[in-house]
Amino acid sequence: MRAGPLIRVILVALLLAAAATAVAIFVPWLPDQASEEAGRTDFVFWFVTAICIGIFAIVAAISVYSFVKFRVRPDDDSDGPPVHGHTGIEIVWTVVPLILVVAMLVVSSVALARNDRVPADHLRVEVLGQQFAWVFAYPEEGMEVGKHKLACIDRETRLIADRCKTSPNLRLPVGRSTRLYLTAREVIHSFFVPEFRLKQDAVPGMTTAITITPTKRGDYPVICTELCGLGHALMRSRAIVTSAAEFERWRRSPSGENGDTSP
Amino acid sequence: MAPGWLRAAWMTALFFGIGFGLVAGIRAFAGWDPAIDWEPIITVAALTMAPIGFLSGLGAFDYWLGWAFGAPTRPDDHSGHGARSWSDYFRINTDHKVIGIQYVTTTIVFFLVGGMLAMLVRAELARPEANFVDPQTYNELFTAHAALMIFLFVIPAFAGLANYVLPIMIGAPDMAFPRLNALSYWLLPIAGIMMLASFFFPGFGAGWTNYAPLAVEQPFGNVFFSMAVQWAGASSIATALNFLVTIITMRAPGMTFWRMPLLVWANFTTSLLVVIATPFIAGSQFFVMFDKVMHTNFFDFAEGGYPLGYQHIFWFYSHPAVYIMMLPGFGIASEVISAMSRKPIFGYRLMALSLMAILILGFSVWAHHMFVAGMAPWLRVPMMVTTLLIAVPTGIKVFSWLATTWEGRINFATPMLWAVGFVSMFVIGGLSGIFLGAVPIVIHTSDTYFVVAHIHYVLLGGSLFTIFAGIYYWFPKMTGRMYNETLGKVHFWLSFLAFNATFFPMHIIGVQGMPRRVYTYDPQFGNWNLFITISSFVLGASFIIFVYNMIVSWRSGKPAPSNPWRALTLEWQVSSPPPLFNFDEIPQVVGNPYEYGVPGARHAILSGERAPTGEAETVQR
Repeated sequence: MRAGPLIRVILVALLLAAAATAVAIFVPWLPDQASEEAGRTDFVFWFVTAICIGIFAIVAAISVYSFVKFRVRPDDDSDGPPVHGHTGIEIVWTVVPLILVVAMLVVSSVALARNDRVPADHLRVEVLGQQFAWVFAYPEEGMEVGKHKLACIDRETRLIADRCKTSPNLRLPVGRSTRLYLTAREVIHSFFVPEFRLKQDAVPGMTTAITITPTKRGDYPVICTELCGLGHALMRSRAIVTSAAEFERWRRSPSGENGDTSP
Repeated sequence: MAPGWLRAAWMTALFFGIGFGLVAGIRAFAGWDPAIDWEPIITVAALTMAPIGFLSGLGAFDYWLGWAFGAPTRPDDHSGHGARSWSDYFRINTDHKVIGIQYVTTTIVFFLVGGMLAMLVRAELARPEANFVDPQTYNELFTAHAALMIFLFVIPAFAGLANYVLPIMIGAPDMAFPRLNALSYWLLPIAGIMMLASFFFPGFGAGWTNYAPLAVEQPFGNVFFSMAVQWAGASSIATALNFLVTIITMRAPGMTFWRMPLLVWANFTTSLLVVIATPFIAGSQFFVMFDKVMHTNFFDFAEGGYPLGYQHIFWFYSHPAVYIMMLPGFGIASEVISAMSRKPIFGYRLMALSLMAILILGFSVWAHHMFVAGMAPWLRVPMMVTTLLIAVPTGIKVFSWLATTWEGRINFATPMLWAVGFVSMFVIGGLSGIFLGAVPIVIHTSDTYFVVAHIHYVLLGGSLFTIFAGIYYWFPKMTGRMYNETLGKVHFWLSFLAFNATFFPMHIIGVQGMPRRVYTYDPQFGNWNLFITISSFVLGASFIIFVYNMIVSWRSGKPAPSNPWRALTLEWQVSSPPPLFNFDEIPQVVGNPYEYGVPGARHAILSGERAPTGEAETVQR
């Protein structure tokens, strides 16, 4: 008598887990993966998804079984068994989620720490968000910049120094880590490239930073994801990842030339 | 002159005039040009003084002012208590049952308005291009939609339902402060009208979060939101204090804390959250308004202000606000699921304790809204820990509800459909919440449609579904009439299916990278958005059935018995609707509220009944 419902619930759970897995696999969820950071983020994503499918399947199976099996006939006025609780079961459904939570915390923290690393040999790019466009500024390679300082963007006036090459599109060499330093002119903006799985707000008066290590050449959208006024929806740009040689060629060309519009 | 709408009209005008004179006078005296500057005049005269005049005119302060000035007051004068005709619902009324109905009907009106704003948003988003509203109007549409739904629907709707049933549930004749209760209600329409009026002074278009510095840069209409939040917040705080004092001091003899129905527990924790957290949003909106109107520099970095400070203060309220919008729903779900399954709540004490755990953890997670905001990086992991830990007490609640239905005699009447609909949707919303709590993932998903999907699963599939569960469950008690069961079920199934069709695909386009709060978007998301828009119109249409059912059933539904659900809590032991002071005599509570299936168990002894035999006392967990 006790094994009957358990086996049925497990069967329903397996069925639901299969259905949820199908949704996870056959729906094109994540966009292309174009950075090392994206690889780690996606690992966390699928790790959490797997746990969620498990929880969903169990909870949904118990619900479906209970709702179908225990619905009452219209003329039945009786009460259910007066079960007030079960300490053992209550401990189980407190401890098991706790263990899963700790597992997700560990995996997330490790991925976060790795994605936040600043490699010694990184390219420096400074980003100014303004209504309603991005400016990407490239200081000369090897230039010494103090901590919390910007080489290209004046924090007071938010003007961009002439010695820096600027571009409306983000240009990156493939395979090398780039550290983006972001600030904003008047209101908060947010830099987002779905293919890199990276997002960071640009805040007036502050400098924020992220590390991007592109792994695939291509042309990706840069989207503003913090409501910044009337032109928010149109505040878009491109992240163009090229070979190191091509990037160097572009970088040595004067600002505004050499095809900021073509990849 | 007698309090009423006529006096309210001229006193509103009078107080507006006083405000006008004050501002113009001070400006003229100080030699500022121009003396008549409409922005400060509207802020002071229309948004601050006129509402005070309106409330005074209605008579919200009559008793207190009379007492303060030494006029004879009669505490036992109950002429303003209870409703004898429909017009009694349109004045200051000290009966918690009248106030409860005032709350619920008012909030449903704002819910319908907020829903129509959402329909307009979805119409614009049906196709990728800019279609029929300009960007400023679009921003105002989604901003007002969220603000109305949060401040004028979910939070006060719960306050309204609890206002009606909570005092009866604990065996009290009314709330502890009936006059404060009446005042709390009348602050709400003021806040609602103010938020809607912001459309006519364009400018409230910075999102309901109203982030500085964008909020400061918005046109003048933004001040309407800042002030509306003050009125709605004052209403919330007053109600919460009222609930706390009522629960602590007015429980019937024998109603110990461990015998309180879970709805009472839920509103006890919610009220603590409101009292502690709400002053923070009041502060954040005052800062923004001062920056805007008085040219202070709280958030202007060029003058030494700190833009992120706004977000910290705002979310210190607005994350607990998420639980303010959910815990009362947990309470309603517990009442409905236990009564409709004919079984005691599984793990009653752990259910109450997990509410407390959510209350405490809820104050330590605010910065998970700021993982990409540029705050101190070391703050992210601790905030992630507390955020994911909330899954544990929340999970306990979900598992306990399911265990309550297990081997029950489940009656799928409309309230039960909404309650189990809530549990299932809340599971999905809870799981998608993990994707917004794990920092590496949320760096990708924050500010995308994934967030929109998540909040609608927890606030629509969660809060709204429990509000409907509560409305259908207590409708017979409130009106003395039964609603139409068939229409109720049609309403549920239509809403449930359309809700999932509307919001589930948002997870997909969100992960794919569609940002929120945009009126035009990448054409690759076009098909999904068209599908979402069509589904959302079906969802919107489903509420017409609800409104029709409520109005027709209230006028001519079948008379309701006092206890149609055969529930054990106290509100079902009195007539439908209950007598003026709820009980002829304060009941004696002798047992737990969910003793379904326990032979001879009693929750309470009402007047005219035999004294307890002692048997019920022994039925303890």
